[in-house]
Amino acid sequence: MASGTRVPVAKTYKIYIDGKFPRTESGRYFTLENADAEVLANICRGSRKDFRNAVVAARNAFAGWSVASAYLRGQILYRIAEMLEGRADQFVTELILQGESKRRAQREVEASIDRLIYYAGWSDKYQQIFSSVNPVASSHFNFSVLEPTGVVSVLAPDESGLLGLVSNIAPIIVGGNTCVVLASEQLPLCAVSFAEVLHASDVPGGVVNILTGYREELTEQFASHMDVNAVVYCDGDPDDTKGIQELAADNIKRVIDRVDTDWDDEAAQNPYLIKQTQETKTTWHPIGS
Amino acid sequence: MVKESSKLAFNDGWQYAPAPESTDHFEVDNQYGLFIGGDFIEPANGRYFETINPATEETLSSVALASATDVDRAVKAARKAYNGPWSKMSAADRGKYIFRIARILQERAREFAAIESLDGGKPIRESRDIDVPLSAAHFFYYAGWADKLEYAFPGRKSRSLGVAGQVIPWNFPLLMASWKIAPALACGNTVVLKPAETTPLTAMKLAEVIRDAGLPPGVVNIVTGAGETGAAIVNHPDVDKIAFTGSTEVGRLIQRAIAGTGKKYTLELGGKAANIIFADAAIDQAVEGIVNGIFFNQGHVCCAGSRLFVQESVAEEVVQKLKDRMETLIVGDPLDKNTDIGAINSATQLETIESYLRLGQEEGAEMHQSGCSVPDRGYWCRPTIFTGVSQSNRIVQEEIFGPVLAIQTFRTLEEGLSKANNTPYGLSGGIWTDKGAKIFKMTQSVRAGVIWANTFNKFDPTSPFGGYKESGVGREGGMHGLDAYVRLEV
Repeated sequence: MASGTRVPVAKTYKIYIDGKFPRTESGRYFTLENADAEVLANICRGSRKDFRNAVVAARNAFAGWSVASAYLRGQILYRIAEMLEGRADQFVTELILQGESKRRAQREVEASIDRLIYYAGWSDKYQQIFSSVNPVASSHFNFSVLEPTGVVSVLAPDESGLLGLVSNIAPIIVGGNTCVVLASEQLPLCAVSFAEVLHASDVPGGVVNILTGYREELTEQFASHMDVNAVVYCDGDPDDTKGIQELAADNIKRVIDRVDTDWDDEAAQNPYLIKQTQETKTTWHPIGS
Repeated sequence: MVKESSKLAFNDGWQYAPAPESTDHFEVDNQYGLFIGGDFIEPANGRYFETINPATEETLSSVALASATDVDRAVKAARKAYNGPWSKMSAADRGKYIFRIARILQERAREFAAIESLDGGKPIRESRDIDVPLSAAHFFYYAGWADKLEYAFPGRKSRSLGVAGQVIPWNFPLLMASWKIAPALACGNTVVLKPAETTPLTAMKLAEVIRDAGLPPGVVNIVTGAGETGAAIVNHPDVDKIAFTGSTEVGRLIQRAIAGTGKKYTLELGGKAANIIFADAAIDQAVEGIVNGIFFNQGHVCCAGSRLFVQESVAEEVVQKLKDRMETLIVGDPLDKNTDIGAINSATQLETIESYLRLGQEEGAEMHQSGCSVPDRGYWCRPTIFTGVSQSNRIVQEEIFGPVLAIQTFRTLEEGLSKANNTPYGLSGGIWTDKGAKIFKMTQSVRAGVIWANTFNKFDPTSPFGGYKESGVGREGGMHGLDAYVRLEV
């Protein structure tokens, strides 16, 4: 090897389940190319079995994450932002590889970091906004608090590989839910790298699971799995969304429609998005001696 | 062992004289049309069906069978009222109309209570003390929200949705109508509501109240009928929101039916609540809580405490005391003020319950029923408990919707919790212990929307109600109940 011309080490893009980076159990892949038809990477073509494994991991992780203190969850989200900031160049490079201009790539990474900070700050406040003490007429103390809905499946936006992904994951996990996410099919690189950021940020294994693969093949599972409590989708024509909503009815899943969201807009971040994957629990206790 | 002398024996030497509520102070018409556009009108196809008193099997009245044509008329009337006076009216005036409904309901409370018991079979004590006053309170509560919605949604503006289609069950006919109509109107929507086919009368009486309160025609429309009428509401293209209370099975069908339509929806579905008794509970109070949890309203309660979990060390005592207490429960004439348990709502529901009683025994559980007498005519079920059941028994997993309790035991808090949460439902739960820390541990860990600690089956208009998991989507009651009837804008 001539001095000064080092052979770079290319990254293997893998999926993220239960805090580990396996290849898809199916052994399948698809090839990601840039606009000039040059191969960027072989991407795992995740299977239904991968999804089921991820749901098991998410359900197991829910027990701990849902009762982690709000303060801790806030700090962990902040830590994710810190890690992303430190690796910003890597994400900018990946976005450029996938066809973004440098300026837009930088902006997307910065917006993603800022979005994490935004939700980190909400971790111990949304409850206060949305909870209530209810003045019942009988002699009882009665209050309503929010609790996480459970395991959430997310079909992440196809057009926004990083910001769209982060904008969906953050409000779900800051509220104590766990999730299984299908990354953008067109723009999957940042999703895999973001899993590495999560892995370095004290996010317990299984809280966020990220799969890559074909949307057409996996959507049905994301919508119909009986141990998933809510499904989020961000793309699709009316027929696609109708299909998701029909399948979700099997176990009365909460169906969250984020189609046509401009992820770059300020309106794409607000506490009502946290509330979408929260349940209201009301507790009664008699007042007396 | 519990001593023999501790048994309650209300029927020995103490007889209750009949104390029936009078029925001569109000009138039930022989026939009711559909309440559409402010008038009672004939159904398009001229068809009617009878509603009976389940305690006597006598016909009370007949009500219109609304077809899809009638539902379309109702939706058109609701749309016209929405585009017309209702959305143009000031929010404060909208609230005043809703206040009026509350006041008239209070004035006519005795009549409503009696009709509710006649048509549905529930004891007059419950319709008089719970259903009717809570209905009036619900209208009164939401009336006040009408001009204060800006305070309910920080950082957002709320907008009404349009026409709300609402389908309600037969267990709390007037109360469910109130839960549905009051928040819908307060948020500026108009309504098409269908009461259950076995209990239409108080809804028709409520239509009279709404007319007398002077609401603009078409703001509330009430159409009677069975499943097909409900389906016509759910599938109507000009309905913006569906609110349904009923079984999880039908809830699933509705969620599927409106997929892709963009209709907003709330579903308040079935339940199989755990009522958990710890050894350190006040046992006598807990026994009262068990009785209230499962025998209130004949067990026709989605949030009924139908799975009892008793800590092993007190299980024998609790079950014995429960059996003793069951012997004192009076099953009979719903109009009698002494009655604890009224009539099963319909022959169909009685068949369902009895099939579960057979099933429970076939599955190997031990059945015990109170020894009370029941009237010869009408639909009745004695208070029933099953012991020796396992987690997988169908009487433990499925909603029976009758006065039937499945009893299990547990040793540790963790075991009780994991058994309690082993259900696809998540509507309600009960905890009985004198230890505060344990209450909070349990109330936090039971996955259900309403938790009663050292009490059970309490309701209030300010208190949000609704389920986790397959018990439904959304909340009714309280500030949280407003969400279902608005869309938020920046």
